Amino acid sequence: MAKVKGDIIVDIEKCKGCEVCIDACPTHTIEMSEKVNGKGYHFMQNVHDACTGCTNCAIVCPDGVITVYRIKV
Amino acid sequence: MGKELRLMKGNEAFAEAVIRAGADGYFGYPITPQSEVMEYLMAEKPHERTGMVVLQAESEVASINMLYGGAACGKKVLTSSSSPGISLMQEGISYLAGSELPCLIMDAMRGGPGLGTIQPGQADYFQLTKGGGHGDYNLIVIAPSSVQEMYDYVEISFDLAFKYRNPVVVLTDGAIGQMMEKVYIGDQKPRLTEEEIREKYPWATLGKTPDRERNIITSLDLDPYRQERHNLHLQKKFKEIEENEVRYEELNCEDADFIIVAYGTSARISQKAMDIGREKGLKIGIFRPITLWPFPKKEIRALSEKVKGILTVEMSAGQMVEDVRLHASEKIPVEHYGRMGGVIPTPNEIVEVIENLFVKG
Amino acid sequence: MSDTITKEQIFKPENIVYKKTDLMTDNVLSYCPGCGHGTTHRILMEVIDEMGLQSETIGIAPVGCSVLAYDFMNVDMQQAAHGRAPALATAIKRLLPNKTVFSYQGDGDLAAIGTAETIHACNRGENFTTIFINNGIYGMTGGQMAPTTLEGMKSSTSPYGREWHAMGHPLKMTELVARLPGTYYVTRQAVHTPAAVRKAKKAIRKAIELQQQKVGMTFVEVVSNCNSGWKMTPVNANKWMVENMFPFYPLGDIKVDGKLVKEV
Repeated sequence: MAKVKGDIIVDIEKCKGCEVCIDACPTHTIEMSEKVNGKGYHFMQNVHDACTGCTNCAIVCPDGVITVYRIKV
Repeated sequence: MGKELRLMKGNEAFAEAVIRAGADGYFGYPITPQSEVMEYLMAEKPHERTGMVVLQAESEVASINMLYGGAACGKKVLTSSSSPGISLMQEGISYLAGSELPCLIMDAMRGGPGLGTIQPGQADYFQLTKGGGHGDYNLIVIAPSSVQEMYDYVEISFDLAFKYRNPVVVLTDGAIGQMMEKVYIGDQKPRLTEEEIREKYPWATLGKTPDRERNIITSLDLDPYRQERHNLHLQKKFKEIEENEVRYEELNCEDADFIIVAYGTSARISQKAMDIGREKGLKIGIFRPITLWPFPKKEIRALSEKVKGILTVEMSAGQMVEDVRLHASEKIPVEHYGRMGGVIPTPNEIVEVIENLFVKG
Repeated sequence: MSDTITKEQIFKPENIVYKKTDLMTDNVLSYCPGCGHGTTHRILMEVIDEMGLQSETIGIAPVGCSVLAYDFMNVDMQQAAHGRAPALATAIKRLLPNKTVFSYQGDGDLAAIGTAETIHACNRGENFTTIFINNGIYGMTGGQMAPTTLEGMKSSTSPYGREWHAMGHPLKMTELVARLPGTYYVTRQAVHTPAAVRKAKKAIRKAIELQQQKVGMTFVEVVSNCNSGWKMTPVNANKWMVENMFPFYPLGDIKVDGKLVKEV
């Protein structure tokens, strides 16, 4: 069975820290940052290596700040 | 002037002119005394004649906003109504002016306030020449005084509306709307195609193509400095209109001692008053503003320098008289005579008023 | 295996599986964190993009939080007076029957001040798509009671909760328009989870496709949150929405192919 590996790029300055994406991630691979962006929001980030590129976080993100990549391994 | 001669009501002549001007859409709501406009359009099936859309809306509020939607696509759209309906439209008219959208609005004035009466009136002068809705804006207001003018000013109004991207009002009343006269009908003008609209009116929202940015039609700008710039742009446009688009008619003003300033129905009646007065030896002339906005300020000023008195005749408590007083020489009396409630002044009344005010007084 | 993959290998254009559509502009959305407006804007624009309709689409922005929708949607747009979007859309669609036209309206706009325009456009069977965002509150003006505010729900003008004797009942506009013969497809969706977003997008796609067949009004309600107005975190607002809004405004199709599929 082909495995997939995913990753995301977050437009940190546009993230408003709403956290709606956090629950949407089936592999618990994203978290909120300790740091804040230029607007003072904690932003979401990819912290674990378990991303499958399922796109859930990006699909539910109200601000459309997430780009998702995926490759077959 | 067209070649074909017909006997028509003012409202019908207006409606026929609309079709022949190549209008794209009429959106209206029935109200006396102008319901013949939509009735005529529905009966004429302009959809078959030219492809023009005619829709009876659920209210005047909806009608005027349908104009907004159509005008924003660069379409030639219009509505017609009467005073209470025009009051309901004021919000939409303000938005149209703010968004710089061209359209034609016909108001067959009736007496007010409130439901008032269905008989003719001229008490919407303030409402339409001073804005009416909220914010700083002006409407081009044209007052025909014959059935022929009801026909002729349709095309002129559309041209002005698109030239300045501003709503234009044809301000009339039930008397002219219902009156039958002979009218010369012009040729059918073609409606513009979508390609022609895209070419002529690049601001129109017809769908964003790759060669341009998206078009946005809005009256909103939350940046106060940008909104002020927009206001200044509008004011500049209004000044340009004031300088270039004044229209009026003078009758026997050359030798006149007394001038009647009147428009629309009042101007027609005043003509008879002028004749009666002249027979009595009173040198009466008539100054008829055709554009109520822009108002013929300079012409009123010039005329007032050489006459003994001015009387405005209006079917109102005296609205246009304020503009006449503002621009006339302070050396002569400027008086008002008006009837209200749907009463039309008689020529003899007017002559009597002139005698009492300017001769005996 | 997977640890041998480097970021350089993954972050290549050909590996992109999801990115914001170009039909959303790069402007930062003016909405509060977690607001469903952004998601709804995006899926609507994704549908227009995927159907290749950008050059044929005209949208109407309302008055309310989404008044600036035209800053974010990269299509030709008009901004309507409060509640009047259906009148604008009616005229556009009548004058340009082959364009794709949508009105995007909130619950104050569509269900209060614009009730007449909404009902009559639906009843005439106008061939445009209405996107109706229902968050049970007036967000833009500061969280006042809307026609859709639930019974007992607190807002800045019902600070002790909506009490129907004094303030009237919440209005189910979508069920109401579903009963009108001019509506063809009426559905209620949400955008709080990935699954809900996918379903909502399918519903919008269906509505736009049906619009092209000129079958009548296509009407998509999106039950949404207003975390600022509801005074909750975005995550809690979504939870509250599921527990309180959904029982009164149940998700799912109400009218399909011109026939009611639910009792209304």
